[in-house]
Amino acid sequence: MGNKSLIEIRDLSIGFSNLAKQLLPILRNIDLTIEAGETVGLVGESGSGKSTLALAMMGYLGNPLKVLTGSTSFRNQSTFDLSARELEQIRGGELALIPQNAGQALTPTQRIGRQISESLKLHSKVSEVDRPARVLELLTQVRLPDPTTLVDRYPHELSGGQQQRVAVAMALAGEPDALLLDEPTTGLDVTTQAHVLELLRDLAKETGTAMVYVSHDLGAIARVCDRVVVMYAGEIVLDGSVRQVLLKPVHPYARSLLASIPKLREASLPAALDGRPPAAGDVGKGCAFVERCKMAEDRCALERPLLQFTKAGERVRCHLFEKVEKLAASGPGSAVDRSLISHATEVLALDNIAISYTTRGLWDQILGRQPNDTPTVDDISIVIHKGETIGLVGESGSGKSTILKAIAGLIPTRNGRIIYNGNELLKASVDQRSNDQLRRIQLIFQNPDDSLNPRQTVAEILAQPLRLYFGLSNQELHDRSVEILERVRLGGHYLDRLPSQLSGGEKQRVAVARAFIAEPELVLCDEVTSALDVSVQAAVLELLNRLQREFGTTYIFVSHDLAVVRALADRVALLYQGRLCEIGPAADVYSLPSHPYTEVLLGAVLEPDPDSVPVLSADDIVELSPMPVGCAFQRRCPRRVGDICETKTPPWQQVDDEHLIRCHIPHIELRELQMGRAN
Amino acid sequence: MLSMLLRRLLLGLVTVVLVSIIIFTGVEILPGDACTAFLEREAQGKLLENCRRDLDLNRPALERYVDWASGAVVGDLGVSVNGQESIAELVGNRMNNSLLLAFCALLVGVPLAIFLGVITALWRDKPIDLFFSTVAIFAMTIPEFVSSTVLILVFSVWLGWLPGIVLTSANASAVEFFPEIILPVIVVAMVMTAHILRMVRTSVIDVLASDYVRMATLKGVPYWQVVFRHVLPNALLPAINVVALTIAWLLGGVVVIEVVFNYPGLGRMMIDSISDRDLPVVQAIALILATVYVSVNLTADLLTMIANPRLRTLHMRK
Repeated sequence: MGNKSLIEIRDLSIGFSNLAKQLLPILRNIDLTIEAGETVGLVGESGSGKSTLALAMMGYLGNPLKVLTGSTSFRNQSTFDLSARELEQIRGGELALIPQNAGQALTPTQRIGRQISESLKLHSKVSEVDRPARVLELLTQVRLPDPTTLVDRYPHELSGGQQQRVAVAMALAGEPDALLLDEPTTGLDVTTQAHVLELLRDLAKETGTAMVYVSHDLGAIARVCDRVVVMYAGEIVLDGSVRQVLLKPVHPYARSLLASIPKLREASLPAALDGRPPAAGDVGKGCAFVERCKMAEDRCALERPLLQFTKAGERVRCHLFEKVEKLAASGPGSAVDRSLISHATEVLALDNIAISYTTRGLWDQILGRQPNDTPTVDDISIVIHKGETIGLVGESGSGKSTILKAIAGLIPTRNGRIIYNGNELLKASVDQRSNDQLRRIQLIFQNPDDSLNPRQTVAEILAQPLRLYFGLSNQELHDRSVEILERVRLGGHYLDRLPSQLSGGEKQRVAVARAFIAEPELVLCDEVTSALDVSVQAAVLELLNRLQREFGTTYIFVSHDLAVVRALADRVALLYQGRLCEIGPAADVYSLPSHPYTEVLLGAVLEPDPDSVPVLSADDIVELSPMPVGCAFQRRCPRRVGDICETKTPPWQQVDDEHLIRCHIPHIELRELQMGRAN
Repeated sequence: MLSMLLRRLLLGLVTVVLVSIIIFTGVEILPGDACTAFLEREAQGKLLENCRRDLDLNRPALERYVDWASGAVVGDLGVSVNGQESIAELVGNRMNNSLLLAFCALLVGVPLAIFLGVITALWRDKPIDLFFSTVAIFAMTIPEFVSSTVLILVFSVWLGWLPGIVLTSANASAVEFFPEIILPVIVVAMVMTAHILRMVRTSVIDVLASDYVRMATLKGVPYWQVVFRHVLPNALLPAINVVALTIAWLLGGVVVIEVVFNYPGLGRMMIDSISDRDLPVVQAIALILATVYVSVNLTADLLTMIANPRLRTLHMRK
């Protein structure tokens, strides 16, 4: 088989030496062959070594890394033995990379055209005269609008999706035999992600280019790849066709990973995978997954399993794969208990809130003038009841976090009132609110790396709210801190740790503990799981759900991920450009009829299922500012009815008791339209 | 873009006006005035009256400020108490000398600093980096009067290659300052080079670690092309502002060096006038230095904006 293979990796181990001169492997004994034209997904959580492996295929190692054993070759040339000159030929030529976060991977001081042209100059025979034309051709091929003006733009002048397409065009310039894609859609909005993935899929088909697609997102992998390689702690644990791996995984880790992904069609919490992967060099002599494996037997801890073939032709690294094979597909996760909601008690009411980010000039401030532009967030009225979880969903820039900040008093509202407990008017700014009001509303941020002070121990972090709100000190303070840490499943021995000594999931638990130690009535969750790995995300969702049951807390849960919101929320509100489009009980919002924007979002969600096909009904253009008149979604709406959308703000239509849609199309008609498309 | 430019200019102008008010008020609220300060014990009777009449100190402060400020705009900074000479002329000569020193130091220092900064960053932690980085730290930390004295000892006293002190008079032409100016230039350039070098080094190291440099490498761009096309244009942007601050420092802040070498620059004149209690001269120099500071920074910001596409579009949109 060797001769035809494009990329061949044999027994490759890569690692670094720590200060104690110990060799810590990041990748361990990787054997992988990629044939011409194949599309392979490399899946794993952060730290699994998937990106290191992909970059090693290009002969690139990050700074402290070195090859410990084995080799990797491209077209039978051993990559690590090539000279710098030969590597330059291959990189970007036969083997091209599409990076994660193209916004940072494009040189900020160079125009788009020049950067693509550079690739052409290095890796193609296109003559200097023909290069500009070829650049335009490439930009057209990646479906970028208006290539002639685009070539003269700088990277920061493009949207995230456009930048990613430019990166794709740059990679295609050298007419590569294989594309390495390193999390190419992470950080993009769902609709943009779906569009970029469709583009990549089509390119793979048209050009016959092989693809190695590195991602933590099984949904994206399911859409693009034929074959999936699952990695855990630097090893390949499972390698099979996309159908086999996603529908009937024979490795316990892959099973748990799949079970931890929230599903759009299931209103239940995904099953969490406890524990965390071993750190580099921390793997015992047994299986790396043994400590988190629910099926582990004695020998799993003693003997490292080999990568062996199943009858179906998959490769799996597990002693017990035959047992796993016989297990039934994992059922749905645990349902969320909705009995706590007390519809009579209103916790928070947003009454016609408008927020503007426009900074007033010196003159306007002196004269006390309000700017008269269109506010970023407008016309938001929501009533939230005790014990419920309301999900605020929208793409980036939809104003969902802005609304949270306004509730927390971190940014002023321009209009409207925030009413607490039915009668208390909350002042717009934190420093005008009473201590008790502050205590009752707590905020959990997206990224615990940024929201925890790196120089404070967990004890100090937790002590602040206790001193501030309850005036506690000494023993009592200590006891309360330990108690809350146990509630978030961390325990008192975490008190002396610094944030840097915690894993991502643990940090977020500390952030959750800090919020709950104040005994809040309302907790504002701002994308609290989007910086976490899926398995950790499931655990945090489970934690939030349990705490809600124990304390009767009310949540406002902001997320861009419709599946996560589906798992936790009782009611869902959809925001587009700072305007509400649809609001209602979760079950209603996720079924027909939907606001056209909800329809677009739901259509673009990628499920870890090779048979689910995303529906791309709207362009992934980026709107910079909201429309001053008419419907907020008018420019992208696939169901526009006419001028009325531009001239009149659509009315709220009551579909059901609590289910409201803001659209000019009557909801019955909308349902029929959407049913028709579904057939 | 143009409105941005105008706004920045206006803002700079406002700053200078505010500074002039502060300087003037500062001098006003000092006990006594220019004449009592200058005449000291003889400040009484006829002498004081004459002096005040000569310097026009009998009018209300506001009137005098307006006079002074409007004079300054057209280049008339009044006369010095000490010797009754035109301040504009006195200061003008010193300014030229300071500019000469600054120009020579920049000519030597900036290219050298950028070159060494890039070299040390590209060979980070290699002997060449360790050597120059250590030397730079020495150059930054050794007080200027020590390094000046050592240089004078070596090059003037022992070797006798260069004059150790400036004897040329303040109003001489630029050429006449050679070779006397060489040692002061070396001392100033050393300190300056060290500062800029360390800044450039850090900046290049940051850019080398960026995603786009890794991307360029993985695109197959040869190493030196990565350095020249992808690293340097981005890494050298912050250098513009540091150079601007250095220019301001060179014009007014190198008093110690000017004193050691007896160089007739602006900084030394300021110190001399303070000890001579020549308040009108102090006032004039303070205003000039403030104007230099504002305009140099303004120029640097504009240059950065021209060189950095990100800032450019940011301001164009506004």
